[in-house]
Amino acid sequence: MKAIEFENIGKQYRLGLVSTGTIKHDLNRWWAMNVLHKEDPYLKIGETNVRSQKGHSEYVWALKDINFSVEEGDVVGIIGKNGAGKSTLLKLLSRVTMPTTGTIKVRGRIASLLEVGTGFHPEMTGRENIYMNGAIMGMTKAEISRKLDEIVDFSGCERYIDTPVKRYSSGMTVRLGFAVAAHLEPEILVVDEVLAVGDAEFQKKAIGKMGEVASGGRTVLFVSHNMAAVRSLCKSGVVLKDGMFNFQGTANEAVDYYLKAYADNYSGLPLEEIPRTDKTNGLLKFVDISFLNEANEPITPHCGKFLRIRLKMKVEKGADQCYVAIDVNNMYGDPIMNFSSHITMDEFKLTPGIHEADLDIPKLPLTAGIYRLTLWANAKNPLISIICGDCLRDVIKLKVEEDDFFGRGKNIGSHLLGKVVLCDYSWSVH
Amino acid sequence: MKDDWTLIIKPHQKLWSVDLGEIWRYRDLIQLFVKRDVVVQYKQTILGPLWYVIQPILTVIMNMVVFGGIAKMSTDGIPQALFYMAGNVCWLYFANCLNQTSNTFIANQNMFGKVYFPRLVLPISTVLSNLLRFGVQLGLFIAIYLYYYFNGSNIHLGNMFSEPSFLTPVLVLVLVLVLVVMLAGLGLGFGILVSSMTTKYRDLRILFTFIVQLWMYATPIVYPISMVSEGTLRTLMLANPITSIIEAFKYITLGQGYFSWGALGYSFLFMILLLVFGVVIFNKVQRSFMDTV
Repeated sequence: MKAIEFENIGKQYRLGLVSTGTIKHDLNRWWAMNVLHKEDPYLKIGETNVRSQKGHSEYVWALKDINFSVEEGDVVGIIGKNGAGKSTLLKLLSRVTMPTTGTIKVRGRIASLLEVGTGFHPEMTGRENIYMNGAIMGMTKAEISRKLDEIVDFSGCERYIDTPVKRYSSGMTVRLGFAVAAHLEPEILVVDEVLAVGDAEFQKKAIGKMGEVASGGRTVLFVSHNMAAVRSLCKSGVVLKDGMFNFQGTANEAVDYYLKAYADNYSGLPLEEIPRTDKTNGLLKFVDISFLNEANEPITPHCGKFLRIRLKMKVEKGADQCYVAIDVNNMYGDPIMNFSSHITMDEFKLTPGIHEADLDIPKLPLTAGIYRLTLWANAKNPLISIICGDCLRDVIKLKVEEDDFFGRGKNIGSHLLGKVVLCDYSWSVH
Repeated sequence: MKDDWTLIIKPHQKLWSVDLGEIWRYRDLIQLFVKRDVVVQYKQTILGPLWYVIQPILTVIMNMVVFGGIAKMSTDGIPQALFYMAGNVCWLYFANCLNQTSNTFIANQNMFGKVYFPRLVLPISTVLSNLLRFGVQLGLFIAIYLYYYFNGSNIHLGNMFSEPSFLTPVLVLVLVLVLVVMLAGLGLGFGILVSSMTTKYRDLRILFTFIVQLWMYATPIVYPISMVSEGTLRTLMLANPITSIIEAFKYITLGQGYFSWGALGYSFLFMILLLVFGVVIFNKVQRSFMDTV
């Protein structure tokens, strides 16, 4: 049975400030709709929501033509870049604001967690705020009283429970807020990124609680940038892009789709043409990268085998001092390793022309999987103050195949759950 | 199967789509908001709830000096302290309800932006929490009343139309209750209307704060309406729905004032229409105010 159904949902926003100019549009709209009985004239215009591009219209569609439904008991992860419309979707579902077009149909009581601790009043004690917050979320006083001990226990703020919340540390406030939220019992739970708060211990607790809720047969909609959390908590996933519906599938498929779409943004483009995000001094530019073996033949990198990464650089003006570095990040952009010529004290002097820099890794210490590389060159010239020669962040994909790292006849797969760096070691027992 | 959705969210709704049952379901929240308003107001003050009493006392003393002392305005033979207290207690309740509810959207935008609950819960709880303050101030009024009563002042419960008076203490109580409900209703009605109209264009809000100040002088608080002779001015003053309530309150409790069922009926009708209109507008605005506030 369907728990939620989105039909043709759209949400339009007006950009800029509300001021004297706005009233003209308001009057126009009122005239067209109430006197001439036509459609809202400003609904026809508006552009899709591409944040970084300069647009021509004052109106944008934060969401447009969203059609999908959620089955009862499903746990749906909603992913997408910043500004893709994830939070707007949740806001519509939580009835914080109304859609411009379309209908949302819901079966069951919704509790939305767009923030923890909504309605907390700094002057009131923790206990009073638990009641306040719970009631705002739709609980009755009796329900809260019944769960009070559990909530206090979960928050770990027992000692401070009769102290005004203004004396709490920010972490404690969040814990208290989440504790209340975790004890809601709605049929549908809508959660926006609340796991990104609190210390590591509490995050673990929060994720555990989310998992509990998810496995309890309730319908959950979960917006997050934490791909690992989406993978582990959600059953299915939805990808939004620029306010449009992009992909729906299982959670793993959706995460893969999203990451691939992100990484493949520039695939096929020569390195030279990829837009740089950092300010560079133009002394040199990366033009190519290749993965080679000892005989300089192109290969697919294998775990535990020799890998030579060759960077081809075009040097525009001479550089007196130059360092090159490659950062290895995982799919989520978290840094894992760094190969820097600055650390190894390898310094180059470059003359104008094409140069090649080889990084030799005798035994690739990464488990199978996909990584992203950041290429970086530091080039100094007495005449130019910026030292960044060139920088390409997270664009190059490094795919490592599984192989027999330890030479013991066993391939090391990608099952190490995020623990991806290997080195030679042995165990002995005495 | 087709019709068992519990909630349908769509861009437009019927004009009158207020779900009173839903507000009733949120009564615990109303209660908590009331408690919060009361508890929080005088936190970290030494005198605490005593301020409920100090405020009107200072106001009345000021009135006695300026209007009674300097301007020598009539109080219809009622002791000044009692006369000013009667007007101010009622007016303060109305003005507090009005000022606080007229801020509903702007003051609570953070909360409204994060979670849904029937928005009317907030102005309703504001009106209720002010009731407590009103009650304390009414107690003060009664204390002053008793003081003058036992000191032989010329005050008595108003006699309705002719002797013998049928204005029994029970009827006084009922009438005062009705008057309070009317004050609350008018304060709430004007408040939610203003709060709805000021979310997008804030001009009105600036205008409004001093309209309330001026409004007090257009209402017989510091003077009796008997000072205003028959004519356009008096008609205009009676068009102010608060006038008949304040005058009726003075008549019932002090025996001096203007009491007319017609004028009260007018105020009551005004309140009903205002509330219906206010709730409709409020409801329309609350659906999308997060985008414009």
